[in-house]
Amino acid sequence: MGYNCVVCIKQVPDTGKVTGDAMKADGTINRAALPAIFNPEDRNALEAALRVRDAHGGTVTVVTMGLPAACAILREALMCGADKAYLVTDRRAAASDTLATSYILSQAVKKLNPDLVFCGRQAIDGDTAQTGPQIAEKLGATLVTYLEDLEIRDGFAYATRNIGTGTEKVKAKLPALFTVMEKCGELRPEQVRLAMKYKKARAPMELAKETAEAEYEALKAKGLDIGQWNLDDIGCDLSRCGKAGSPTLVNKIVNVVLAGGEFQEFQPTDEDVAKLVGSLIADHTIG
Amino acid sequence: MEREKGEVWIFAEQEDGVLNDVALELLGKGRELADTLGVPLAAVLLGSGVEGLAAKLFEHGADKVRLVDDPALKNYQNRSYREVMIELIEEVKPQICVYGATSLGRDLAPSIASALRCGLTADCTELGIGSYTDPVTKEEFANLLLQCRPAFGGNIIATIVNPRNWPQMATVREGVMKLPDATPGKTGELVRHEAKCLATLELPVEVLEVVRAAKSVNLKGARIIVAGGAGVGSAENFKLLHELADVLGGTVGGTRAAVDLGYCEHERQIGQTGVTVRPALYIACGISGAIQHLAGMQESQKIIAINTDKEAPIFSVAHYGIVGDLNDVLPKMIKAIKAKAAV
Repeated sequence: MGYNCVVCIKQVPDTGKVTGDAMKADGTINRAALPAIFNPEDRNALEAALRVRDAHGGTVTVVTMGLPAACAILREALMCGADKAYLVTDRRAAASDTLATSYILSQAVKKLNPDLVFCGRQAIDGDTAQTGPQIAEKLGATLVTYLEDLEIRDGFAYATRNIGTGTEKVKAKLPALFTVMEKCGELRPEQVRLAMKYKKARAPMELAKETAEAEYEALKAKGLDIGQWNLDDIGCDLSRCGKAGSPTLVNKIVNVVLAGGEFQEFQPTDEDVAKLVGSLIADHTIG
Repeated sequence: MEREKGEVWIFAEQEDGVLNDVALELLGKGRELADTLGVPLAAVLLGSGVEGLAAKLFEHGADKVRLVDDPALKNYQNRSYREVMIELIEEVKPQICVYGATSLGRDLAPSIASALRCGLTADCTELGIGSYTDPVTKEEFANLLLQCRPAFGGNIIATIVNPRNWPQMATVREGVMKLPDATPGKTGELVRHEAKCLATLELPVEVLEVVRAAKSVNLKGARIIVAGGAGVGSAENFKLLHELADVLGGTVGGTRAAVDLGYCEHERQIGQTGVTVRPALYIACGISGAIQHLAGMQESQKIIAINTDKEAPIFSVAHYGIVGDLNDVLPKMIKAIKAKAAV
């Protein structure tokens, strides 16, 4: 028998690439200048799901919440072997914090009724690592965080977790949600055949309005449709979505200003280096 | 309002009967918050046979220790700890609850926040008390927990508030808050709680095996740190850093880039996603000074930067700078220290 796997993925700005070009004159970040990428640990999460399917059969469905542009990573996932992709997109979901986001995603995941759910441990734009555990709580699924290795046997998940001070092996009941770390394995490359096929896959909102309906029907016939859900489609209580459903509010944002104190420069010469060492010994910093 | 009389809580994380340092660090900050609000500070301690840890929590500032001691809580499990915490929070109604942003804390806190539908701010670097005005309704909220955290790869610091859905919850990474001095002999009120939920709780996870990795690197406790970045150039060059650390009695650390390049082990990583340190002396070698790295070391008492690029941001936080090649400068430094030591 196979397992029904769902992978929650996110498109994120590549925060590792915050360099000169991405900084505006006032020192703030120009988000538009950063490339949008498939969140690194979500790639590992997809790989973990694909391996379960390789071993046991079943399906792998990817879900993302975001603007239609996020379909880029859904297509990438399809090209790597995912069976089906869904975009959750709705203006009313804007400004959701992790609590609201996890609620909306949990509603989407419920609709797919999975045995196993995979999320990256954390996304590089927020680094909160909260959405996965919160989806699990809302689904009532067993939470297994920091996954490094997974084997499914006799209907149970045998997982190795990284618990910071070492590793832990657990046996977990299904349905379960895993937050996945890099060690689980790098995402397999896109397959040429799938890449050729799925580069044409589209969600309705990516199509020209006038012809969208007919075009989408044609895509469906070829299996090139990306599913699209709004908050009503997945039965969301609107008071739990977007700004209304987000208890945390941003009060203030300040740009990081590097604190500069007294600064003394030394030359890379024997005399100067000895002088520096001397002053450190004099004030008891060393010695 | 009644809720404003709620206690300030810190989650006293323990593992195998040993308190995690972060619990004591949180007590230092928790003390400040509780004093500002004029409410008690309580440490919440869950485990089996852990009552003896209460004394240390009192000595580090707790007014109360709220203890749930039950054999079922011997090992951490998300489901059991979460259910007990939810029961306790609903019963006692604290206004603030802070957790260490450890592997355990980052597993537990979001699950609790999800069930209680309250806010949670991850990895705060500063906590304070202040007011907030809703920009739309103009409603004013006094004495809220101000939760500062770096966002967007550390390039901005956002202050987050949870004005409505309490408790206000946050996590704080290890080493970020200062460990308070203990007051030997200070005691407080020990409150024992029975968790009713444990009687019927079925755990969906069975722990088969725990392997603890021996911790060979102690960056947090180091008085002197010699750290290297991508600019070190090779794992071979990194040996120079070890040599310098040896003569200084210091510890070697690295940036995320240095770890990713394989120059040093992951446990040596300093920065926003690694360890936060505040040593007496920090020698930054070949580190350009990405904001994520600076976040983890800029509170060091003395910072020496050695870099070939005089424009590198690391110089803006440094007290002493040498523009030069570390392969040239470090041997000179080692020589100078040995010479002084010999005097």
